[in-house]
Amino acid sequence: MELEYIINSSIAIAKGCKITYSLFFSTLIFSLPLGLLIALARISKSNLLQAATGTYIWLLRGTPLLLQVFFIYFGLPAFGIKFESMTAAIVAFVLNYAAYFAEIFRSGIQSIDRGQYESADVLGLTYSQTMRRIIVPQMTKRILPPVSNEVITLVKDTALVFGIGLADVLRTAQIIVTRDFNISAFLIAGVFYLVNTLALTLIFRKLEQKYSYYTG
Amino acid sequence: MNILTVKNICKKFNNLEVLRGIDLEVNKGEVIAIIGPSGSGKSTLLRCLIRLETIDKGSVAIEGKPMVYQDSNGDSIYSSEKDIRILRKKMGMVFQNFNLFPHKSVLENIIEAPITVSNTPLIEAENIADQLLEKVGLADKRDSYPCELSGGQKQRVAIARALAMNPDIMLFDEPTSALDPELTGEVLKVMKALAEEHMTMLVVTHEMGFAREVANKVIFMDNGEIIEQGNPQEVFGNPKHPRTKAFLGQILR
Ligand SMILES: Nc1ncnc2c1ncn2[C@@H]1O[C@H](COP(=O)(O)OP(=O)(O)O)[C@@H](O)[C@H]1O
Ligand SMILES: [Mg+2]
Repeated sequence: MELEYIINSSIAIAKGCKITYSLFFSTLIFSLPLGLLIALARISKSNLLQAATGTYIWLLRGTPLLLQVFFIYFGLPAFGIKFESMTAAIVAFVLNYAAYFAEIFRSGIQSIDRGQYESADVLGLTYSQTMRRIIVPQMTKRILPPVSNEVITLVKDTALVFGIGLADVLRTAQIIVTRDFNISAFLIAGVFYLVNTLALTLIFRKLEQKYSYYTG
Repeated sequence: MNILTVKNICKKFNNLEVLRGIDLEVNKGEVIAIIGPSGSGKSTLLRCLIRLETIDKGSVAIEGKPMVYQDSNGDSIYSSEKDIRILRKKMGMVFQNFNLFPHKSVLENIIEAPITVSNTPLIEAENIADQLLEKVGLADKRDSYPCELSGGQKQRVAIARALAMNPDIMLFDEPTSALDPELTGEVLKVMKALAEEHMTMLVVTHEMGFAREVANKVIFMDNGEIIEQGNPQEVFGNPKHPRTKAFLGQILR
């Protein structure tokens, strides 16, 4: 009886995975490249780009993610911009996470010794060749630990979308708990997050090992 | 034949005058040692020649073609990026701190520029790299990473990496200053071999033995100026300027 209940609840909660996973992967796929672009603009020579990206990062890191989700879902329609709830969530998450990733990329890029740019320069590499072939690969090794942190935080942050009524894993579990007066659905949701963060931890450990072939 | 002509280079960092009118003519195959106290502008001079720094006044021409020239108002005008790229390709530079690419193997460090900059086919680039590694005595380190090498080995890789672009002029900025004393010899030996092949070399160095033995000309710089220059016998044996005497007295003591 108890086991059957847990299996049935798990199947119901698994339906919430769709929202959780699509938000998670959409956020990663768009916010990582966007973050890199923002970081490059942040360290560019243009004062305008520096100021614009500086303000952007300040705004998005300086306010709660849930507030940003609310703003995009409830606030923007007042300006004639209306999104589906899922689209609104993805937009808010991408913009927010891009700001965090931008800061990680920026500090990663700036941690690379000036001599690397100079030796690439005197060898004749262009700026974009230098970034792609020399700087970004070295930066990637250095930023893996902070990126891993952010990605694990993202798994848990996806739960915020219950604020705009999306039936993600946590929201689905909550519905079952209120319906049945039985908290085991919360435990199942907890296990879901733990399994996923564990998987990510292991993936990032592998990646760090992949880059451990050199030091410096 | 004149390969590098430098006229009246002036360079300021903020309000600090670091180069105050440097003139220099380098003939093909010449080895020039640049000596002088720390802070006298030696590195800045080399960096201006390869445009890691831009000059405020003066001109630099390579094989007769201007990289930067002085117009009738006395302002220094740089040639187009395209022309500068062509001219810079004639120069290689070796840094005090090696600046190898740590994420690339020794071989990958050497073939990086031939492949990305000159579009050399991989096989050909690897052949050239192997020959260069042979030449600097590191054929067995082909697949090592910089973190696995000693300082002397790193610097020899850096020399091979610069040579892979087949430069006409090599600039060395204190190539042995970051090395333990017992490792300087292996690097100097490679440089000496290069000199014997008539590579044109400008070498900023504190290795007076090397300057005396290998250089055709020694330039003594102090406070952003060339104080004295001549062949090694003259400069070391019979320095004319009191500042040269003082410097040599200190360093050769
Ligand atoms: N990028 C820079 N910005 C400001 N000052 C600099 C810079 N590079 C060098 N200098 C100053 O210029 C002077 C000459 O430096 P440098 O050419 O490195 O001398 P050297 O190589 O003979 O020791 C020094 O006083 C140094 O502090
Ligand atoms: Mg110096």
